[in-house]
Amino acid sequence: MTGKAKTTSGSWQSFANRVWAFFHKKPLDLDLDAEVAAHLEFAVEENIRNGMSAEEARRQALVRFGGVVQAKELQRQTRGLPWMDVLGQDLRYTLRTLRREPGFTIVAVLILALGIGANIAVFSVVNTLLLRPLPFTNSEQLVWIAPPPTKCGLSCATYSTDAYDQFRSHTRSFQDVTGYFAFSGTDNLSLTRGGQPIPATSIDVIANFFQVLGIRPAMGRAFTADDAHDGAPPVVLLTDAWWRRQFAADPAIVGKAFDMNGKQTTVIGVLPASFDFGAVFSPGVKVDAITPLDLYGPPRDEGNIITFIGRLKPGVTLAQARDDSKAASHIMCWNLKYPQTCGDYKDAVVPVPLKSYIAGSLRRSLVVLWSAVGMILLIACVNLSNLMLARAAARSKEFAMRSALGASRGRIVRQLLTESLVLAGAGSVLGLFLALIIVRWLAHQGAIALPLLSTLHIDGAALGWTALIAIFAAMLFGLAPGLKMAGGNLQEALKDSGPGSGQGRKHERTRSVLVVTEVALACMLLVGAGLLLRSFLKVLEVDLGFQPDRAAAVKLDYDDSVPGDKTGELSEEKRRVIFQQVLTRVRSIPGVDAAGMVDYLPLGQNRAWGLPFPKGKTRDQFKNVAGPLVYVVSPGYIRAMGTRLSGRDFTWDDGPKSQSVVLISQSMAHFFWPNESGVGKELTHGGSEDLHVVGVVDDVREVNVEDSTGWQIYYPMTQAGPNGAELVVRTTLPPASLATSVMGKLRELNPKQTASEFRPIKALVSHAVSPRRFFMMLVAAFAVLGLLLAALGIYGVISYSVTRKTQEIGIRMALGATRGKVQAEVISQTLRLVATGIVVGVVASSGVAALIASLLFGTRPADPATFVGVVTLLAAVALLAGYLPARRASRINPMVALRNN
Amino acid sequence: MGESKLDLLQGTLDLMVLQTLAAMGEMHGYGIARRIEQASGDEVLLNQGTIYASLVRLQQRGWIAAKWGTSENNRKAKFYSISRSGRKQLARDAAYWQRLTDVMGRMLAMGQDGGGQ
Repeated sequence: MTGKAKTTSGSWQSFANRVWAFFHKKPLDLDLDAEVAAHLEFAVEENIRNGMSAEEARRQALVRFGGVVQAKELQRQTRGLPWMDVLGQDLRYTLRTLRREPGFTIVAVLILALGIGANIAVFSVVNTLLLRPLPFTNSEQLVWIAPPPTKCGLSCATYSTDAYDQFRSHTRSFQDVTGYFAFSGTDNLSLTRGGQPIPATSIDVIANFFQVLGIRPAMGRAFTADDAHDGAPPVVLLTDAWWRRQFAADPAIVGKAFDMNGKQTTVIGVLPASFDFGAVFSPGVKVDAITPLDLYGPPRDEGNIITFIGRLKPGVTLAQARDDSKAASHIMCWNLKYPQTCGDYKDAVVPVPLKSYIAGSLRRSLVVLWSAVGMILLIACVNLSNLMLARAAARSKEFAMRSALGASRGRIVRQLLTESLVLAGAGSVLGLFLALIIVRWLAHQGAIALPLLSTLHIDGAALGWTALIAIFAAMLFGLAPGLKMAGGNLQEALKDSGPGSGQGRKHERTRSVLVVTEVALACMLLVGAGLLLRSFLKVLEVDLGFQPDRAAAVKLDYDDSVPGDKTGELSEEKRRVIFQQVLTRVRSIPGVDAAGMVDYLPLGQNRAWGLPFPKGKTRDQFKNVAGPLVYVVSPGYIRAMGTRLSGRDFTWDDGPKSQSVVLISQSMAHFFWPNESGVGKELTHGGSEDLHVVGVVDDVREVNVEDSTGWQIYYPMTQAGPNGAELVVRTTLPPASLATSVMGKLRELNPKQTASEFRPIKALVSHAVSPRRFFMMLVAAFAVLGLLLAALGIYGVISYSVTRKTQEIGIRMALGATRGKVQAEVISQTLRLVATGIVVGVVASSGVAALIASLLFGTRPADPATFVGVVTLLAAVALLAGYLPARRASRINPMVALRNN
Repeated sequence: MGESKLDLLQGTLDLMVLQTLAAMGEMHGYGIARRIEQASGDEVLLNQGTIYASLVRLQQRGWIAAKWGTSENNRKAKFYSISRSGRKQLARDAAYWQRLTDVMGRMLAMGQDGGGQ
């Protein structure tokens, strides 16, 4: 038969024609009308020829034709897409229904928009941080090469020039290896274009950096090896953002030279907007310019200053690269001139995928966040299900009627599904807007130290995800009530006029189950949020070893170069004079309590210089002990930071000629001299010079607020070379109010002082804990949302049940039930529901708590305060949600109630 | 219940239309309907209107072509003609029908024998 024997090409052609026909109804209908009219004319003519009267001829023609309307409809169905037409009908009907119930529609769409919007936003974050590859060419080949985590900070995660050369020549797994200078701070570049110098942040990278990452400048060229030689003309690559901000997106900027750090520096290119160094390598820091790193000096032997980033050869596995690197690590030397340093990096050169180095530690937090937002969607769906059920109950007669008039069960379910899809669609569109706002806001939160956050945007994947969850949600909240409705007994539905009859009661049971689910889900969210909040508060209480309040830091510019200074002694002396002058002047400002200088602030960059050990012992005795982090400070710094000190601080008399002095941290002193004070003891690096410990200071959380890091050792700026200087000021007034006067004093002394930011030390701490705060805030926001939705659900169910029982309550009140009794009954009904929800929720929450245990800080997963708090909160909110309908119930006028219905 | 019957009629009608066009050349809808009625000896009670669903279906599959033209008595009408792929399809369907009627014939003859052998 025709239908069976049709060819594939025929069916495709037919489908294409049908689609075409679907969109050309009008002309095709006119065509058909004309054809049918012609047909009838032919028939009439023939009939008249056969001797019929005109009237009879026409009648006969119509009889032989069959129904004109039916024939046309059949042709239309055959040529077009009838299911699309049905869908159109369903849609129109749905829109009409929803317009008739604006209250329901608005609440439903809003609930869905919140649920879906939160999901899209979190998906975008997860997608950016976890799922999407890094914004580099073939980024899966890129590896971060560093030792396994240690306590000695960045110095242990970096390598020397000799090590870099050896690693490159002794490994075969890598196409190439690059890196950047790990120790440059913020505002390390000062741009002078007439007027005050402008601070900016630049990073030194090895010349092949962009080739290895696969980044091409949007304009101009990348670095070549020639740019990195000693004495090469200074060049710079601008980031897209800085080029736009500082240079007004000058299209002819390549080739122009500017005064940067006092040197005429030529702009050789502008990087693409997609490249954000800070977002990938130093979250929360905005990098403005990239400069070539001069690896080969002089001075060449600056120690461990380079991070390693490698690109694997195609087909090389991570395991191969690891073995390869391990072999190389055994022969790598810190400095080829000192053979005893060969093997210093033994087993400390381990490649890990760059992606997991950057975002790996966030995986668990993100999964928790994703789950939390998934729960929100579930709660929203449960809520919607509830609303739909309430509506369905009210509409059961409508459906029974339609069904009695011949609508098939499938058609009714399809109608209900169309409704939920339309609602979910509207919710998604609104949710997408919501997510767009959230995502845009997040992307501009530069202060949150999360990698890649600034690259956050809604992409195709997020849109796909939106469609997916919208359909999922629609199925979830639409299908169940739909099936329930359609599956209902027609007769019963028609008879069921509401109060107390079977169908209605069954609905109520379903709705109660939904509310219990909702309360349980909200309980889990609240417990999770509560535990994270407690952890965050605990983190804030951590004794940092310094007092962040009322202290601020500013980057100090100084010029200690002395022409013709061969030994460095002259510039050392010049530096001492500058620093002393600056500190004396700054301390004289009213409101300044203390002032001092340091080269690396806590919770920022750090370095180590190996392990000094007590005089009289040998290095071998401390083979596996990591060296302390090194800070070069001025007299008064310890006091300015508010760190406790026993012994004495440095003084300006601790000069180049006097004995070498250091301050060490408590735990370092305790390790070497467990039962006595470290003050007055002597340390040595094994050479001739001894370090006299003049004071012992509190341990400082240098790297991370949450973990105690390694030891610290402080050298005086007058004896050791600082790597720049941060002026720390402790004030009796709010630090911001002194910013102008401090900056004024600095500019008086040095007109070239850049207008650097006056940063409160508190902000450093805040930046360090920002990822934890970020996750905590999001989870808490979701928990509050969940609580609100659950409250809405409880209110809806109780309120609906009160409405349904109006008559019953009326009768009982007429028979003498008091208002209090009616009220108590409604409230106890609420509490029964909520109590069940809470019991289920608490049990489930214990599981959740165990799962997030590793994210907690100083808080047990079974933290009783959290659990008691959550249960109390839920019960209180539930009571409120139940109280409103209860009050309404108690105000029912028996006469009115009985008269109605 | 009505659907399967309609299906059969539909397919049959399509085949009749193809055969008519193959035998008679270019024709308009009314002509095709009349021709089928005559050829079937008025044994088929054909609602002439249903032919238009059949025509549009065959047209969409590319088996027949249509264009507006003028009849011999100077009336505007849409004329249909069978295409090359339509002829192939007709050959396939005709062969299929032939086989089916043969088989049906044998089956029914067996029934008249008393059902056993």
